[in-house]
Amino acid sequence: MDSPTVTEHDPDQPRRYGRRLFLATVAGGLTSLYWGKAAWDHVSGAISPVTSAVLPGGGWRIYTISGNMPVFDPASWRLKIGGLVEQPVSLSYDELRALPHVEQVSTFHCVTGWTVNNVHWGGVRIGDVLDRARPKASGHALRFVSMEVPYVDYLTMPQAALRDVMLAYEMDGKPLPQEHGAPVRLIIPEMYGYKNVKWLQGIDVVPQAVDGYWEDLGYDRNAWVGRSNGYGA
Amino acid sequence: MGRPLQRVRGVKPGYVRRFSPAERLLHWVNAAGFFFLLATGLILYLPRLSMLVSRRQLIQSLHFWAGVGWLGALAVVVLLGGRRLLATARELDTFDSDDLRWLRGRGGPQGRFNAGQKINAVLTAAFTILFGVSGLLLWFGEQDTRYRFASTVVLHDGLMYVSLLLLVGHLYLALIHPATRHALRGMTLGSVDADWAARHHAKWKPE
Repeated sequence: MDSPTVTEHDPDQPRRYGRRLFLATVAGGLTSLYWGKAAWDHVSGAISPVTSAVLPGGGWRIYTISGNMPVFDPASWRLKIGGLVEQPVSLSYDELRALPHVEQVSTFHCVTGWTVNNVHWGGVRIGDVLDRARPKASGHALRFVSMEVPYVDYLTMPQAALRDVMLAYEMDGKPLPQEHGAPVRLIIPEMYGYKNVKWLQGIDVVPQAVDGYWEDLGYDRNAWVGRSNGYGA
Repeated sequence: MGRPLQRVRGVKPGYVRRFSPAERLLHWVNAAGFFFLLATGLILYLPRLSMLVSRRQLIQSLHFWAGVGWLGALAVVVLLGGRRLLATARELDTFDSDDLRWLRGRGGPQGRFNAGQKINAVLTAAFTILFGVSGLLLWFGEQDTRYRFASTVVLHDGLMYVSLLLLVGHLYLALIHPATRHALRGMTLGSVDADWAARHHAKWKPE
């Protein structure tokens, strides 16, 4: 019993488990920067109904850029379609809702890493709104103007024409809540959330897409999910 | 407290010192920072609270700079605590066979810290590092894609959830559970009842 190896395995010998636990936790946490989201998506995808019920706010986070969240007043609110158009249009909330109604289920990705799976949106296609204003041939992009000043962002015409781009005034079967951009917001599931302008009050047809609010802060103009803002190659 | 009391297990009433001023300062600086960061963090995280407060930029700055201040204050206390806290760290690091028995629920006399308290302290220290790293990455990732990882927010949120679980257990044992809530006195006034210490921390030899 006098060999050092035996002494090391003496059950009464105190063990330095504290530092091991510390280092393992720190190492696990740091490496999770590379595997955390994939693992979480895997788990939350499998138990999606559970996470959306258990996670507060259904996994959403609410971003605002000013001190006051815009308030929707159905009496005074208008969606104005202007810029390079033949016929500027001003739609009331009821007029917007009278346009052909579409629904879709799509996933919402924030550039900061959180995701909300399978959101049920209801609203109108941008084309159905634009048709009434008749864009001129010189207009190659759209400027989306929020009631939250100075939040604006742009999409090119081909981007805005993607199949599942919509102006959503319903979310999960109910009128769009204030914090999600009431009365209507842009939804482009292929791009990160900061392109999905909330609290819309205007859409302008413009010659070309330039940098919007978040692009001025360094985010990519073409915010393709998984292929922009430093993600993907 | 002139004479050593450790020999008189469960007989003579009196108090023994459990936590040094440096240990208590470290605990309360950590607790104050954690609660402030939890409050501001939840405003950023929970849609209901975000709507109520609305000033996201302000809250985000408060949260970030409070986090920097928290880490800085902890570092100052650790540096000032020096040798005293190093000895504490050594206690927390060391697990003997009684600790392992205790963790399996089979009793085993405990030292000044029981094995559960050691694990809680070690995890809290590791989480502080990880909160700090992920928080800095979130902040600088907004300005530079080199610091942007898709998983940073998962890590930061996950740490919050696990920390909350630890906190709930900690608060229950420190404030509510009849057998253990006496320990709160040790973290506020520094001393605990000698009888209580003898029952719960039999291997501990108070100074």
